[in-house]
Amino acid sequence: MMDFISDIQNYVFLQKALFTSIMVGIICGVIGCFIILRGMALMGDAISHAVLPGIAVSYMLGINYLYGAVFTGLLTSVGIGFISQNSRVKNDSSIGIVFSSFFALGIILIAKAKSTIDLTSILFGNVLSVRSSDMWMTLIIGTIVLLVVILFYKELLVSTFDPTFAASYGLPNRLIHYVLMILLTLVTVASLQTVGVILVVAMLITPASTAYLLTNRLSVMIVLSAAFGAFSAIIGLYFSFEHNLSSGAVIVLVTTVLFLIAFVFAPKQGIYWRSVRIRKNRNGVITRKKESFE
Amino acid sequence: MTYQVEVRNLSVSYDGENVLSTINFNVDGGKLIGIIGPNGAGKSTLMKAILELIHRDHGEVLVDGKPMKDVRKKVAYVPQRAAIDWDFPITVLKTVLLGTYPQVGIFRRPGKSEKRWALECLQKVGMDQFANRQIGELSGGQQQRVFLARALAQKANIFFLDEPFVGIDVTSEALIIGILKELRDGGDSVFVVHHDLSKVEDYFDELLLLNKELIAFGPVARVMQSEYLRTAYHSQYGVWDALGVVR
Repeated sequence: MMDFISDIQNYVFLQKALFTSIMVGIICGVIGCFIILRGMALMGDAISHAVLPGIAVSYMLGINYLYGAVFTGLLTSVGIGFISQNSRVKNDSSIGIVFSSFFALGIILIAKAKSTIDLTSILFGNVLSVRSSDMWMTLIIGTIVLLVVILFYKELLVSTFDPTFAASYGLPNRLIHYVLMILLTLVTVASLQTVGVILVVAMLITPASTAYLLTNRLSVMIVLSAAFGAFSAIIGLYFSFEHNLSSGAVIVLVTTVLFLIAFVFAPKQGIYWRSVRIRKNRNGVITRKKESFE
Repeated sequence: MTYQVEVRNLSVSYDGENVLSTINFNVDGGKLIGIIGPNGAGKSTLMKAILELIHRDHGEVLVDGKPMKDVRKKVAYVPQRAAIDWDFPITVLKTVLLGTYPQVGIFRRPGKSEKRWALECLQKVGMDQFANRQIGELSGGQQQRVFLARALAQKANIFFLDEPFVGIDVTSEALIIGILKELRDGGDSVFVVHHDLSKVEDYFDELLLLNKELIAFGPVARVMQSEYLRTAYHSQYGVWDALGVVR
């Protein structure tokens, strides 16, 4: 661990990698809370995959890949909504249809783009190759995401918890939904280098779910989720650097370990304490019965 | 003259099928109104259409002579209990605090005075000792009381409650109807979607009997006549008759 710290002091590429992955951990954690509470985990998976053709087309046109990614990301969420509202096809099926089509299209377009971009690094990330420009983009995206969540926290909370009530006093639920979809696409793009398209969904869902098991307050859940995301990024980066493993995969496995700990030991929701409470309760009933006999 | 609530030619359809056709009625302030009718009569739909929560084909709704979108702050809505995610990470007090959001407006956070007001509303429904509980830890009746407290926190003049008495205990039901009557006595209009005909005489001043169209509207005694109920309930009519509900 000491070596790792001195390496961070010595190597700029490692500093960039660390900063970027912490930022990604935080914003994925924050947006992830809203994604899981809205029951949109699959949608998060879909949008992260669907940015692929957008990135390819951006390279062909020579523009920043952010624009293409946001465009195809939004197109996916609109397309999914359109199919499930205008046919009997259920929501999860239309998510499956739309995102796999976009992903397939992306694979072909990336190959056709014949540029320096490498499909593997988009799919799985390569955090040690983060450039300064990527780092700045992550910082800007992170700032935008955090600002929107802080400014509209109230509105996000109420439209997530009770959308009918929100609509009854005039909140534009549909607009809020698409703003969240834009943020989700931005977060995906920011995460490309760190964990890659395929594993972004884990960064969105796992830390948020861990936090969900530990608290009854949304504000606390968001802070915890961001902390778990950042912590996983640091530990994951350490292991991937020391043992030469894929950074995205290691970071995701760290989030999984945190989740499993919460799943078993969370004070109220954890299966361990639950079984303890049930046993206590049962024994309590037996002792009370014994006492009443005596 | 202008009424507190005016509903004109309201029609709603799903997939080209009429769910509600040409509903007309006017309501003055200070009335507690039950919306009744068989399953699938469009009771909840009527409520949602009045509140512009769903698309309406025709018709308009005026509150004090103004369209709904200009008077949203005067209106409070309590959704069906089944529509709520009870595992959501939110406490009882925070839930009631949501009722102050329309007044607080965008970019501002509810402050101390809002929190005090929310706690007062919780006291009114006898739930203040549960303020820091997560909403899923409450019984059905307690949950319904919390959502009534949220509606009270909105400081509205017109209240819409969708099936508030389904699956709740007797104490909560009595407490809720007591508060609704207080609101009525203060000059507010209270609309309640309800499906149990046995208590309508004790609960409501007026009834809106619905089955895809408006069958009857007026004082309870006048609406609870066999001919209207037979039209609205068809085959189920015999059950209510046997229970001695019909006049």
